[in-house]
Amino acid sequence: MSSPVLAVDGLSVTFETRRGPLHALRDVSLSIAAGEILGVVGESGAGKSLTGTAVIGLIEPPGRIVGGSVTLRGRRIDGLDVKAMREVRGREIGVVFQDPLTSLNPLLRVGNQLEETIRTHLGLSRGAARQRALGLLAEVGIPAPAERIDHYPHQFSGGMRQRVVIALALAADPVLLIADEPTTALDVSIQAQITGLIKRLCRERGMAVMLVTHDMGVIAETADRVAVMYAGRVVEEGPVDAVIHRARHPYSRGLMGSIPSMRRRMDALSQIDGAMPRLDAIPQGCAFHPRCPVRVEACHHERPDLAGPPGHRAACLLVAAEAAHAGA
Amino acid sequence: MPAPDTILEARDVSCHFDVSPPWLTRVVERRGRRILKAVDGVSFRVRRGTTFSIVGESGCGKSTLARLVVGLVQPTAGTIAFGTAPDAQGKPRTPRLQMIFQDPYASLNPRWTVEDIVAEPLHELKLRQGAAISARVGELLSLVGLARTDASRYPHEFSGGQRQRISIARALATEADLLVCDEPTSALDVSVQAQVLNLMRGLQAELALTYVFISHNLAVVRHMSDDLAVMYLGRFVETGPAEGVFEGARHPYSRLLLDTIPDIESPNRERAPLTGEVPNPINRPRGCAFAPRCSLATDLCRSERPELGGRGDVAVACHHAA
Repeated sequence: MSSPVLAVDGLSVTFETRRGPLHALRDVSLSIAAGEILGVVGESGAGKSLTGTAVIGLIEPPGRIVGGSVTLRGRRIDGLDVKAMREVRGREIGVVFQDPLTSLNPLLRVGNQLEETIRTHLGLSRGAARQRALGLLAEVGIPAPAERIDHYPHQFSGGMRQRVVIALALAADPVLLIADEPTTALDVSIQAQITGLIKRLCRERGMAVMLVTHDMGVIAETADRVAVMYAGRVVEEGPVDAVIHRARHPYSRGLMGSIPSMRRRMDALSQIDGAMPRLDAIPQGCAFHPRCPVRVEACHHERPDLAGPPGHRAACLLVAAEAAHAGA
Repeated sequence: MPAPDTILEARDVSCHFDVSPPWLTRVVERRGRRILKAVDGVSFRVRRGTTFSIVGESGCGKSTLARLVVGLVQPTAGTIAFGTAPDAQGKPRTPRLQMIFQDPYASLNPRWTVEDIVAEPLHELKLRQGAAISARVGELLSLVGLARTDASRYPHEFSGGQRQRISIARALATEADLLVCDEPTSALDVSVQAQVLNLMRGLQAELALTYVFISHNLAVVRHMSDDLAVMYLGRFVETGPAEGVFEGARHPYSRLLLDTIPDIESPNRERAPLTGEVPNPINRPRGCAFAPRCSLATDLCRSERPELGGRGDVAVACHHAA
């Protein structure tokens, strides 16, 4: 297998507070190959957005990376200084956030914002940058780009604005695109257009894409592989089809079961009782054990690592025991 | 008077908002009034003990319709009539209404304890006196799956799902018969959403509640509804029994919604490409409002507005619905 575009290895992020450190990410490992979409899914507070933020080096104090590494195309980027990191962001990593209105400067025409980014990163002349901006707007599916390029962000609808943000993220031909809840603020009929666009761009450009979302449906439609996060850790990782239909971790199974079906009406949804623990009260042992329907005694004090066959692993003692049994 | 099992009946209800610029601006710039038709000629009937859902995208008027039902805004035209619901002794009375809002962080007073919040309707409506109030609060809290001891805590000590349970307890304190729920689970995580939906279904079975359920999430709507209306730009485009609509949606907009919503049961499915966005309700297109986005649209659609009608239980507003 060719080396991945992005490799996150054992990443841990801690926030120092007056009441002691909060471990927001612990030992997170991910990798994304060129032309691949990795979905990072989890509920509020699982650490999925923070993982994206850590990759682009935007963790603000009191938070800091306390362990692990982030490698982009074979080069460590987690320890870079502010200036070098700014060069990586935008040039090599493009970012799309949830709310397209706050990602764009309302006082500048979208063309100016695109041209500024292109000229900063690629050093093109004014005319060449404008040509490139027009090409990008056409690529992300904005009708009549020559007319729209001189409009202000408020003149675009939500879906079109998100397309502009994606064009901005692509301005310098990044190798990695991080999309953090790119469709959450949009209406359902527009969501499908944006996920379709991200998928097409990933395939055509051979970009690696990290798609962070809470919406399992969006992941199912878009991603190739999924990482499920819970309380700051990756608890399951595997191909999208396997994780949805044959989830190994009890949390992922519960999560899938709690999604109402479009196909039929069920009597009751399977539910996970309780809620995700707060960062200052993550339980000992497996963080999920207080809510887990199949916990055993060992879950209270032993923290499981990802185990199972490579390609579809889960962090659960029962899965580990099963794998050991199958291997023996 | 509505039919006996009807708890709520709306006939040709419209709600228009005047969004004109100020008088002087209109005179100087020679512009006319601008009217936003948030709800435009909607009729429906809700049967007692069932769930009637309204589904649609942002700006289609579903929240305005919810506010019309509870009387927070007055209809510009049309009537909303209530049937009856049995009281504790089984005697018919006018149904009591309550609303459950989307954001449980904004709908609870942060400076009041849970007991204050849930007891307020009891005080206001003089439903209980003295020590019976605390007893009733405890009862309501256990009904929604919270501990009786939670009564002395404040809203910030609870998670989103638990806060939504507090809102439900507060609504039930009034002995409400009809709950209007405006996106009650949209702010919640899926595993918590499942808890709240299961609770709502359980309470409905136990207390014979009626729900008017507003949501943009079709999967949630399918899980909850007996009857359903798909709304687009202030009008119903398809309405009928939920199973009928889900199994054989005929309006192109309902079909588009069903087709575009990501479905975890068929990952990476290929879909027909879609275009277009919801038009501005102020400049609603003439004829069928959906025509600019519709693949079946003809000149007839662009000039003449289709009325709701159709075979069997499901009514569709489309010239071409097969």
